[in-house]
Amino acid sequence: MTPLFWRACWLIFRKDWLQEQRSRELISLMTLFGLLSTLTFSFALQLDRLSRVESVSGILWVTILFAMILGMDRSAGNDRENEMFLAILLSPIPRAAIFVGKSIANALFALTIGGILIGLMTFLYNLPLLQPMIFLILLLLVIGLASVGTLLATMTVQTRSRSTLLPIVMLPTALPLILAAVSATIPLIAQSDTNNVGATWIQLMVVLDGVYFGLAVLLFDFVVEE
Amino acid sequence: MSTISTISPAPRTGLQVMSAITLVTIGVGLYLALIFAGTDIDQGNIQRIFYIHMPAFFGAFTAFSATVLGGILYLTTRNPRWDRMAVAGVEVGLMLSLVNLFTGAIWARPIWNTWWTWDPRLTSTAVMVLTYAAYLMLRAGIEQPEQRRRFAAVYGILAIVTVVITLVIIRVRDDTIHPVVVGTGSTAAEGTFDVQATRGVTTALLFNLPVWGLLIPVTLMMFRMRLEQLTEQVDRLKAELMER
Repeated sequence: MTPLFWRACWLIFRKDWLQEQRSRELISLMTLFGLLSTLTFSFALQLDRLSRVESVSGILWVTILFAMILGMDRSAGNDRENEMFLAILLSPIPRAAIFVGKSIANALFALTIGGILIGLMTFLYNLPLLQPMIFLILLLLVIGLASVGTLLATMTVQTRSRSTLLPIVMLPTALPLILAAVSATIPLIAQSDTNNVGATWIQLMVVLDGVYFGLAVLLFDFVVEE
Repeated sequence: MSTISTISPAPRTGLQVMSAITLVTIGVGLYLALIFAGTDIDQGNIQRIFYIHMPAFFGAFTAFSATVLGGILYLTTRNPRWDRMAVAGVEVGLMLSLVNLFTGAIWARPIWNTWWTWDPRLTSTAVMVLTYAAYLMLRAGIEQPEQRRRFAAVYGILAIVTVVITLVIIRVRDDTIHPVVVGTGSTAAEGTFDVQATRGVTTALLFNLPVWGLLIPVTLMMFRMRLEQLTEQVDRLKAELMER
């Protein structure tokens, strides 16, 4: 990893970030989706005080997953406009740098809406969600999802069915992460004394992130051959 | 008039030999499972479904392993042959995991008193089926053959990692009620039995394992690869005809 590699990552990241700053398209789309999804879940599940503790972590992480799928699909779609992605591929930078830069941008968008949703849910459900550990779980979840998501979105955006395909290929790969995140969150919300159970799940998420990130970096080269 | 290339299928000798061996061993395996092995004292005849249920799961894994291997070899060599192996692995593996799920459900109805339960083991197998169903959707969504092979190889590699991770993490939990016949299982397991207790159980199981775990997936994959090769040749011929 040379300084040149990191500079390329930074430039790709900056491109996505500037684009977002000017259009405010992704974050507003993802936030609005997150709010609607939270409300829909609350109405549909008719959560009372006791069942909230069990269900809220599921609602939170699944909503973030869905919002990320929307956002990453849109972001990959934006790159395809006016053959911009082709221009990026033609530039003399390593392909892995394109992947890393885009993943960081996708992860930051997701962290932003994750933070908004956690704050909102604390307020709406009166549950102790504003804990450092919950934010750590958010970070770990987002890193893993942004890694596989960026790889898969780059792939599906080149296919005929485009947006409809991303959720189908992404949901199975996201499942282990969601499972671990939910299992790690429940004891934190219930404020029970089983924190070491949560710690095991968090360690597992670190391993999952490593595996997914490593695989995605290796495989990214093969999905951008043009 | 220029000559048009004709379809030249791969030699069928290997396929015929494998088919014969597989058919005979399926017959012997069924005899061992249904007649030779003694009836379980607790569960009765329903226990016999186990001789297909567990081996089919291993067969699915054999086929899915072929998909990963095919994917890696395709990405390194770019020989379409390996992609044919990968797609054959997914279809055969999907079929065998469905055999595993359905035989499990039929067994669970009298023993657990339910067709399905959200048990970790059952859930992880369902995830496996859906992951590979997504693989087929992805393939169907790409028209350009080279791109289809490449993307399918990438997703095939990602899919096995997901499936193995799900299988491992979901089974770390000890609240499963699924019995473990070989090795030590969860204390909450319902419907387990002792392989030593009844005559012929070990023989029937040891015979059916390689039949369902290796012979059936390999033979079916050979058929599927041949079919894929012929389909590709037909497509090529069609394209040649259009150009005339």
